[in-house]
Amino acid sequence: MNSRIAGFCVIAAFAAMGVAGCATTANNPRDPFEGFNRAMFSVNEGIDGVVKPIAEGYDTVVPGPVKAGIGNFFGNIADLWIAANNLLQGEITEGASDVGRVLVNSTVGIVGLIDVASDLGLEKHAEDFGQTLGKWGVGEGPYLYWPLVGPRNVRDTFGLVVDAWVDPMERIHDVAARNTLIGVHFIDLRASLLPTDRLIEAAAFDKYSYIRDAYFQMRRNAVYDGNPPPLEEDDEE
Amino acid sequence: MKCLFSLLLGLILPVSSAFSQEDSPDAMIKGITEEVLSIVRQDSDIQRGNTGKAIELVEAKVLPRFNFQRMTALAMGRDWNKADPDQKKRLADEFRTLLVRTYSNALTGYKDQTVRYKPNNKPAGDGNVMVRTEILQSGGKPIQLDYSVEKGTDGWKVCDVIVAGVSLVTNYRDTFIQEVRANGIDGLIKMLSDKNKQLEAVKK
Repeated sequence: MNSRIAGFCVIAAFAAMGVAGCATTANNPRDPFEGFNRAMFSVNEGIDGVVKPIAEGYDTVVPGPVKAGIGNFFGNIADLWIAANNLLQGEITEGASDVGRVLVNSTVGIVGLIDVASDLGLEKHAEDFGQTLGKWGVGEGPYLYWPLVGPRNVRDTFGLVVDAWVDPMERIHDVAARNTLIGVHFIDLRASLLPTDRLIEAAAFDKYSYIRDAYFQMRRNAVYDGNPPPLEEDDEE
Repeated sequence: MKCLFSLLLGLILPVSSAFSQEDSPDAMIKGITEEVLSIVRQDSDIQRGNTGKAIELVEAKVLPRFNFQRMTALAMGRDWNKADPDQKKRLADEFRTLLVRTYSNALTGYKDQTVRYKPNNKPAGDGNVMVRTEILQSGGKPIQLDYSVEKGTDGWKVCDVIVAGVSLVTNYRDTFIQEVRANGIDGLIKMLSDKNKQLEAVKK
């Protein structure tokens, strides 16, 4: 994710929250800034009116293998930081495997375009600094909905800022090359979410709360690496 | 795409009433998964996006393996007990329609995925077993797909599907609780049936 955009949004949104924060009506204890969040959600829906058609065009025009290559390329860049986060969480085996993935895919996999490592049994993981903080015991904090970025609790918002700060794509000095990469990455990400979109449109009574509630479950699951302890409320009949 | 496909599998996998190996929940999930995948692999209509055909497959094969009363109860939490038997039946019928309509088209996202079955499914409390699987797809992180399975009078039945940690059932809980609080059980029935009518109208 583009740290400039992310950084700007975070600052702008915190500023806006200062203004809008008090004028909210919260009926979910985990979403005390619901009024602000819903406003940002509408902003995002507006932005998406422009972004989504581009992503749909990309999805239609670009051949499958090329899309896979693009996804693998960015995935390979991400693997480095995923490795670091696994190591920070004390997951030595996973971290070593991630380092192996980067070594294999950057060389044999032609600068990451082909995910050879997965075929060799080095599985891809998904880690970020927000999960690392969660592993370290940092609480989630209230739910926030950011422009462009989407749902993040306070902990993961801070995690995202760190994630963006270490993003190697931000270290590219050639402005045109950097912006192209960031643009393609963003559209590729958006395109990968298109099917999920259709599903949410059909499944949700209220899109905002469906995404929010799924986000809570998803992040909790991620922090516990797929094995979250059962919630009390799940036991009730 | 990955998500969608998992959802599709989630509903599709627990297919097949003809499958006999139902002594263990793992065997039930595995047998059904492989059977459904083999159907979808050969069905180019479904792969090309024929949602109607996917719905047919879901209704014919998957539904018998799901306990929709139980799913509805889980989605509603404590409010389930406020409903009388007639309301319970209508709630479960509407919720089933919603889940089937919503997720059948996920079947059409099938590409070349395979499923891995994870061992050691230790019982998770009162007769409830979590069967853990993963959808493997080249170039992506495996997608976690878990089934909460319970033994009833007629064998093992799925009562929750959890994709990447998101329960397709309990994700509705806050929404349902709010609706019941505002408009009662009948309000929730109406909300579900309105949604289903709306989806029916959109469906070409």
